[in-house]
Amino acid sequence: MSFDNLDTLYRQVIMDHYKNPRNRGSFGEDSVTIDMNNPTCGDRIQIHLLVEDDKVKDAKFDGEGCSISLSSASMMTQAIKGRNVTEALKMSEIFSDMMLGKDIDTEDLDLGDIEALQGVSKFPARIKCATLAWKAMEKGINEQEQA
Amino acid sequence: MDVKAIRSQFPILDQSVNGSPLVYLDSAATSQKPTSVIEAVNAYYRIDNSNVHRGVHTLGTRATDKYEGAREKVRQFINANKTEEVIFMRGTTTAINTVASSYGLTNLSKGDEIVITQMEHHSNIIPWQQVAKITGANLKYIPLQPDGTITLEDARNTITDNTKIVAMMHVSNVLGTINPIKEVTKIAHENGAVMLVDGAQGVPHMKVDVQDLDCDFYAFSAHKMCGPTGVGVLYGKKQLLEKMEPVEFGGEMIDFVDLYDSTWKELPWKFEGGTPIIAGAIGLGAAIDFLQDIGMDEITAHETKLVDYAVNQLQTIDGLAIYGPEKRAGLITFNLADVHPHDTATVLDAEGIAVRAGHHCAQPLMKWLNVTATARASFYLYNTTDDVDRFITGLNKAKEFFGDVF
Repeated sequence: MSFDNLDTLYRQVIMDHYKNPRNRGSFGEDSVTIDMNNPTCGDRIQIHLLVEDDKVKDAKFDGEGCSISLSSASMMTQAIKGRNVTEALKMSEIFSDMMLGKDIDTEDLDLGDIEALQGVSKFPARIKCATLAWKAMEKGINEQEQA
Repeated sequence: MDVKAIRSQFPILDQSVNGSPLVYLDSAATSQKPTSVIEAVNAYYRIDNSNVHRGVHTLGTRATDKYEGAREKVRQFINANKTEEVIFMRGTTTAINTVASSYGLTNLSKGDEIVITQMEHHSNIIPWQQVAKITGANLKYIPLQPDGTITLEDARNTITDNTKIVAMMHVSNVLGTINPIKEVTKIAHENGAVMLVDGAQGVPHMKVDVQDLDCDFYAFSAHKMCGPTGVGVLYGKKQLLEKMEPVEFGGEMIDFVDLYDSTWKELPWKFEGGTPIIAGAIGLGAAIDFLQDIGMDEITAHETKLVDYAVNQLQTIDGLAIYGPEKRAGLITFNLADVHPHDTATVLDAEGIAVRAGHHCAQPLMKWLNVTATARASFYLYNTTDDVDRFITGLNKAKEFFGDVF
């Protein structure tokens, strides 16, 4: 396999999010905070959400991980900020489908940078890296809804 | 040692992965299997398959002979005194858990101590954490030196009169450290403690003589030594095993069953409840034949040669960190500058090179190393210096690939 194939995984925009993460950090105590591990590799990620009136007012992430997991977290926070929770969960669903290599129907949701992660579906061993932040976000929103 | 001839006996090695010939450097996770092992398991199912130790028919006798024959092969391979000291189990994890549950829960109480090291695999940490929680015993760690070894002085200071169990890996699956088992066993015994050895990375790579080590328990897995998955061995000294209660109850392990009470078979069968791992044990027996034909000392020497050859070249790669002592077993754990080991492993995989990336089931050790994860290349008897060259070229490519973006 040549670097061409690796380039489908490590797209420029992914490396940009990895080098210059968006929304890295945390809020005060009033945020929803979710810790999630990837037990196979030891990567740890925290997602912080400010949810008000069914809307994700702000989102941040922190933690340690590989280029795929951290860039995915960075893109995820960017994508869901300002959206209502239904849209955020819908995006997570679309993202899961994208990782499974399914044809995705983005409807009215603009995926933006996230589409760059499509290549991960061709690297099965790395799918869990990409979905970690999304799973954490889903868990956070669901916990918030139930509360 | 004729590596070319050895390689020809491993059909899996003859394939391309992502367009390049496979370079398999993950034998510390699981080794590949030679034709003789695959055929032994195959022949058992095709010709002899039957349950053991019951019935009077011919197939049953053949299966029993092969199963018990494998036990004798293990006995002789690790130089146990008696065959009844060799118990077939699912693997190293089950073997350690059996000692923890059977010996640990019975013999420990509040104030007693269990001593391990911070380099242990999770399977030699968590069972002892559980024993400590249930019995009120204290779990203590022998500290590590900066190079990832332990000293006998620290062992003497940590093991006390209150210590009842010392549990230690023979060879570290991350650092490659070879621990001074014989000496630590002596210290354990002087303090009245029993010594358990996690030999998962020991037995596959070096000559092991349990009587010479004088340890009380020694656990290992077949799949890391050219044998099948799902089978391993607990060696234990007879006088200890005899006093221990089984942890699994049911068929195969009983002497006599009454309505409200039962008695157990003698050793080793009292610890082998249910239909045993017949095909697995037979496969392990074939793996032992295979390794002994080559010679354990030759295998150790071959791995040492490969590791030295690799370390010399790795040291020329700028920004590459190697973890562990200078004198190491046949594996090298490393990180390539700031490149996450998962990313390194993905680039190597694109070149057909299989290495391990992650925490290697040793999170407390990762904490000590102050990293979240590492990459590891591990060698076995079928690896060549060409494999090492491909590995080094792959790492340089990874560096080049990520060099642009970091």
